[in-house]
Amino acid sequence: MTFPKSLSYAKTHEWIEPLGGGSYRIGLTDYAQRALGDVVFVNLPEPGDALVEGEAFCDVESVKAVSDVFSPLTGTVAEINAALLDSPERINQDCYAAWLITARADAPGADWLDADAYAALAEAEAKTH
Amino acid sequence: MERVTALYERHAMAGARMAPFAGYIMPISYPTGIIAEHNAVRTAAGLFDISHMGLILAEGRGALTYLRWLLCNDMAGLAQNGVRYSPILNESGGVIDDALVACLGANLYAIIVNASNIESDFTWMKRHRFGDTALYDISRDVAILAVQGPRAAAIMSVLADPDELPKRYYTFSPWISVAEVAAFVSRTGYTGEDGFEIFVHKPCVTQVWDALMDISGDFGMIPCGLGARDTLRLEAAMPLYGHEMTDSITPLEAGMGRFVTMDRGKGDFIGRAALEAKGKPERRRVGLRMTGRGIAREGCAVYSGDKQIGYVTSGTRLPSMGYAGALALVDTRHRAEGTELEVDIRGRRVTAQVVKLPFYSRSRETDKSSKITYEPSGYTLPHAQLHNYII
Repeated sequence: MTFPKSLSYAKTHEWIEPLGGGSYRIGLTDYAQRALGDVVFVNLPEPGDALVEGEAFCDVESVKAVSDVFSPLTGTVAEINAALLDSPERINQDCYAAWLITARADAPGADWLDADAYAALAEAEAKTH
Repeated sequence: MERVTALYERHAMAGARMAPFAGYIMPISYPTGIIAEHNAVRTAAGLFDISHMGLILAEGRGALTYLRWLLCNDMAGLAQNGVRYSPILNESGGVIDDALVACLGANLYAIIVNASNIESDFTWMKRHRFGDTALYDISRDVAILAVQGPRAAAIMSVLADPDELPKRYYTFSPWISVAEVAAFVSRTGYTGEDGFEIFVHKPCVTQVWDALMDISGDFGMIPCGLGARDTLRLEAAMPLYGHEMTDSITPLEAGMGRFVTMDRGKGDFIGRAALEAKGKPERRRVGLRMTGRGIAREGCAVYSGDKQIGYVTSGTRLPSMGYAGALALVDTRHRAEGTELEVDIRGRRVTAQVVKLPFYSRSRETDKSSKITYEPSGYTLPHAQLHNYII
């Protein structure tokens, strides 16, 4: 599993890239995409939708199951990655390029982890599953 | 506590994702992923461990008479070495399981049942047993593999004498040598492709699995888990017990009427009176193609306008079709092909259309090309040569 140092991570397995000026790009981590298996469908929110930290804002489906994606911040959706609607498999191919949304927020999340702390969490979870 | 199959170590070594299923820890998928496994079965072949399935023997002079009472499909006329499918009904006409019945001889039948129902089926069968029939549950002594896909016949011809393999679908060969193991081989499956199911004494199964894996690369065969088994059977519209059929769904509602013999010749069977009393079913299984964005899953409500007219029994994205599909039980007034319906997917209405089943059926071309490989040849070709022959 790879976790780029330049990103922040939520315990619910999303990565966050600060873009400056209160903008953030959000996607699923390598651990998340491996745990999901083949992603076959992504249901994205609309630009302007409200985001609440810790609440589901999107769902992704693998062949077998539906999983919620939780927002790592409180704010609003700015853009969605519409390319994923037709090619959800991009999440498996390159989860750090296949971002889900960009968002605007007044503050970063309270519990974001750096790459090393998240890697430890992901490896611990991988062992129990 | 879940049990494991004799191949557990093989699955773990291969990096399979394992999960509890019907009392066993079973491989759901291998690192290749469900879609690659699905595609391998459609285009080449897949190897499945289905040792969790149950095997019950019915033996005795009264066995046929007993099976005609027990099962709604008629086993009279089932020739030796023939296989026939039947739902198993309760007194109210609901389905308690479905089974494949293989005729081993005039007084001996093998009944293959779902893993989750082995104990309840065996109890049910003993409760309704009569006459000169003995029943044996040999599930724990037997391991079962499935080789499925257009290259299945070519693969099996490397490890067994092609003359001895079952030639026609729904027949079997008793006790032939497969990888030098005595095996009972039936030409059956649950994928919508040509294929074989191989029954062996449990301690011998690793030898057959290893022999199949040794030649797998020559044929593009990969091991497949229960995830692909489910998407494959769903595309082929094969019903799954506990989903399309339950103890409160009759086989007629499930669209399985051709496996219910109501003519007088068969005589009485468990559930017959209830089916007759119910008359024409008011709901039927249909196929839905999702036309809106979303994947209908089991339990999703199906609507026509504001009225709920049924529910989804199984649904997924269908890898070979390139769209999401579902099987649903709906009011018969809405079952016509082309009917526009809506499915409630977690609070969101998504449009769907009733389509003809199955979603997927294998092409004639595939049948023709695989037929070449099971012409009796009298000797086994080296597998590399055979591989070239088929490609």
